[in-house]
Amino acid sequence: MADFAQTLMTTLAVGSLYALIALGYTMVYGILKFINFAHSDIVVLGAWISFTLTRWLFPAVGLDAHNPDSPAPPLWLGASILIAAVVACSLIGFVIERFAYRPLRKAPRLNVLITAIGVSLLLQNLGQLSFMFGPSPQKMPALLSNVELWRLSLPSSGGARNVVIGLVDVMIVGTSAVLMIALEFLVFRTKIGTAMRAVSYDLEASALMGIPVDRIISYTFMLGSALAAAAGFLYALKYPGLNQPAHTTWVLLGLKAFVAAVIGGIGNVRGAVLGGFVIAAVEQFGAYYLSSSYRDVYVFALLIAILLVRPSGLLGSTVREKV
Amino acid sequence: MRKPNPDTPFDSPTPPRERGLLGTLANSAWPILLGIALAAALHYFWPLGPGWLYYKKVVLDVGIAIILAVSLNIVNGMTGQFSLGHAAFLAIGGYTSGIVTYYGSILLWKSTDLHGGVLGPGAWLFVFACLLGALVATAAGYVVGLPSLRLRGDYLAIVTLGFGEILRVVLQQTNPILSPDQLDSSSLKNWLPPPVGGAVGFNGLPTYTTLFWVYVFVALMLVVAFRLKRSSLGRAMISVREDEFAAQAMGVHVARVKVMAFMIAAFFAGLAGGLFAHESGLILRPLDAGFLRSLDYVIMTVLGGRGSISGVVLAATLLTVLPEYLRDFDQYRLIVYSLLLIGMMLLRPQGLFGIHEIWDWRPRWFTRKPQTRSPSNEKRGAA
Amino acid sequence: MPRHVPSASFCVPDQPDWCSQVGAARMFSFGVFFPMGCLFASLLIGCGGGSSGDEICLGHYASLTGAQATFGRSTDNGILLAIEEINAAGGVNGKKVRLITYDDKGDAREAGTAATRLVTRDGVVAVLGEVATSLSLAAAPVCQENGIPMVSPSSTNTKVTQVGDKIFRVCFIDPFQAYACAKFAREHEALKANKAAILYDQASGYSVGLREEFAKSFAKLGGTIVSEQAYTEGDQDFSAQLTAIRASEPDVIFIPGYYTDVGNIAIQTQKLGIATPLLGADGWDSSKLAGIAGKAIEGAYYSNHYSQQDPDPAVQSFISKYKAKHGETPDALAALGYDAARIVCLAIGQAGSTKGDDIAAKLASTKGFPGVTGKISIDADRNAVKPAMMIQMKDGIPTYVTTIQPE
Repeated sequence: MADFAQTLMTTLAVGSLYALIALGYTMVYGILKFINFAHSDIVVLGAWISFTLTRWLFPAVGLDAHNPDSPAPPLWLGASILIAAVVACSLIGFVIERFAYRPLRKAPRLNVLITAIGVSLLLQNLGQLSFMFGPSPQKMPALLSNVELWRLSLPSSGGARNVVIGLVDVMIVGTSAVLMIALEFLVFRTKIGTAMRAVSYDLEASALMGIPVDRIISYTFMLGSALAAAAGFLYALKYPGLNQPAHTTWVLLGLKAFVAAVIGGIGNVRGAVLGGFVIAAVEQFGAYYLSSSYRDVYVFALLIAILLVRPSGLLGSTVREKV
Repeated sequence: MRKPNPDTPFDSPTPPRERGLLGTLANSAWPILLGIALAAALHYFWPLGPGWLYYKKVVLDVGIAIILAVSLNIVNGMTGQFSLGHAAFLAIGGYTSGIVTYYGSILLWKSTDLHGGVLGPGAWLFVFACLLGALVATAAGYVVGLPSLRLRGDYLAIVTLGFGEILRVVLQQTNPILSPDQLDSSSLKNWLPPPVGGAVGFNGLPTYTTLFWVYVFVALMLVVAFRLKRSSLGRAMISVREDEFAAQAMGVHVARVKVMAFMIAAFFAGLAGGLFAHESGLILRPLDAGFLRSLDYVIMTVLGGRGSISGVVLAATLLTVLPEYLRDFDQYRLIVYSLLLIGMMLLRPQGLFGIHEIWDWRPRWFTRKPQTRSPSNEKRGAA
Repeated sequence: MPRHVPSASFCVPDQPDWCSQVGAARMFSFGVFFPMGCLFASLLIGCGGGSSGDEICLGHYASLTGAQATFGRSTDNGILLAIEEINAAGGVNGKKVRLITYDDKGDAREAGTAATRLVTRDGVVAVLGEVATSLSLAAAPVCQENGIPMVSPSSTNTKVTQVGDKIFRVCFIDPFQAYACAKFAREHEALKANKAAILYDQASGYSVGLREEFAKSFAKLGGTIVSEQAYTEGDQDFSAQLTAIRASEPDVIFIPGYYTDVGNIAIQTQKLGIATPLLGADGWDSSKLAGIAGKAIEGAYYSNHYSQQDPDPAVQSFISKYKAKHGETPDALAALGYDAARIVCLAIGQAGSTKGDDIAAKLASTKGFPGVTGKISIDADRNAVKPAMMIQMKDGIPTYVTTIQPE
């Protein structure tokens, strides 16, 4: 019982991270119909920019960033770092789209994929240079105090065990929820959102209707990158041992988030959120109850199973092609 | 936006003449024989001086990359499906053939040393193992191809990717390799899952991969690819790529064509896997089944151009040699590589050759047959 | 919904437009002649065949980029320091030593190619490398076939030196290290463990090897393994595994992984309220571990090749020189790289020649070499025989606890 509850808690926290990243994939895919392989690298940038800013700003509030057990700074510092990372990554997202993807707008989609891979390689290896972020993992200084909000003692086989719910987990779930609701509002209730949906529905027709397609695509990229940056920031909060930018862990994180987007029905904003939680649940409960060796297998096996039953994902609508 | 020309919807300018089975065989036989002769020449006349062993290894790697990229091109380029799991077939072929040669050599000759020369008994065991690996990979290709009947585009891509990743994790759980003296006392527990080294990788395989065998298989691959492109099956594949519904309406058995494409590609990837596994200075690892290895070949295919065999060969060569050339850049190597990759893609958005072959740019005087006149051709002539 | 016309890429093959024709021709000549020209141009660079000339070349292949870059660069820094010292002291047999390092980005295929290039093109007299077992196993046959000795600084898997009589190492091997950890877990007063849980990295040959050997040794010494959980290198979330381990109530948790992962594991162990002591191996050793895990790693034990607190002047001078040159405390990989380079140079000096066979013979007869990582003697299987140090993290400083001698 205790272990079940603990695993459920982890699922919620990890699931909301997956969901945030999956949203970026799904939005770009919805409009440009290509897998943005560089998206996971934006997450990395978000995490490492937050780290660098924290290192700079800690002395300003009289704390030692190099002491791993230093107390947490005031909350506004964390919030401003989050905003700064989001702004920086949006700009980077804009630049990438402008110079690496836009020139290929008329080329086959697969070819954009290759530039995406190139951009991803570039970001990884630039980040790994010693004067950038370096090749070693670093400790993200704690931005939130390590407070336990609840510690429940639940009965379990072999005695009672504690279920620990920390401030960090609640903060992650809360921030993600706020961002997702904001996105939902943006996409379905504003003019820009309407334009995005129009472009995603039919690019050429919306251009004819006077929608500035290029600008809308830029907005979409910036929005996706902003969510990725937020995910990177929260990721660094939850897992303070930050892996170096070229580590395979980030690729796998991006891959799983993409799987989440596909499971939910790619191009579907709500589907991406649902997919994120489904993936996290399968991963965490599979690793706990079955075997931790096959953790990645559960994710991909579920993906294949779902796609074979519902080829357009859980919430995706089947698009009937007219000839 | 150029309209598709209804007169010549396929890559070949003129439909091939009907030759019958014998004619077809004869037509394929001479390029293969030529390929074998070239491979033998390469093998026997390779210089021995310092450094040439290194170039030999690079040329070997180029050959293997060509087989993998051209075979992937059958699925991604010709049929227009999108596979991100090509490395899985490489791993299946490699591991299968590795089991055959490693344990076969121990059973037959009590050691894993090389046995016989280029055409000695060891080499034939190796070729047999490669073909067996290729067949097992073909079976896997059938299984992976099946979802392509229900799934489209990127959904299919992500399923093939998932297949490779699952295989990677499963290979990590395999048993340690059995050494010759452990073999006699082995029980079923050592054999299930198969003893292929787990996370460490499958090392100690006899190194039968030589320039000769690699380029024989390259020749085979190229001949099959070119013949396929001009066969009715290949035309069906291209029609599926251009428009699945139109193809279906014209009587193309779309499901069959897609699965066939996967099976042919998997066969050659499995073959290349055998070569890969038995190369000196290589160790087959579970990572080789994963997504990152697959990406290498996807890049080659796209950079070469959709369905352009010569373009893909060139891209495979370029992308294998380039990282070697960039070695002196040290830790900046991959930065330069990725910049070049982006640059090449921006310069040639449709790949090096687009959907053309290299000889589509032969000079006019070289063309023996008169060109068929088509409207846009005339327009250019007028201008 | 209108159908997407695949028109952008649909070309009629008969009429390539001029623009793409010129572009392709340019690309073609670039694609073919550029790399070919470079390949042949680079034939001229090299090391003058090793023995001739006034310098001796050593080769090193390492992961300077990729996921394992931090290990490769540490080792490279250690080797560079050793070579600098040797050259300052007059070189080997009156010749300067030059190091050629190639990046293998953690890919076995590249490791083999890099080793081939070092051995057959650059004419190095000996090769140093690699940290990861799989990569050493890929390159070792190349060195063996070409008769060039290879010394692995830190691949602990037994298989590496079994490749042939030219392959050596300066670190101890997995069975011994696992034995040391198991013995320590069973016998150290603060532990006296009866039940152990293992959390290992299933993607790393190093970790899998240690896990098997530890399970064997621990059972032999009378303990039981109550839980074995796996993670994959780079995983960030270990809660599921740790929750399962918590349920099995072990006395000690053995984590044979790299410090890059151990930091997060320790933090999450603390979060879940697990007070069981952690035990690890040489992959833990890094000045960055304490910086990542902070209080969470406090009190954990690991086995290592050397102790920073060793009063031996050789160790202390190495540490201060390394700090001065590279600005950080050397980890075990740097120390092993340093020792490997010095052992090789010593063997070349003693052999008085640059022939692979002579150097290998001298390497094989190394006895009691005073390395930073202990007195190194090479045994009949070309492995280094030396004791393991058990280290405990106290106030963020790796503190020496005890030494465990080989059986």
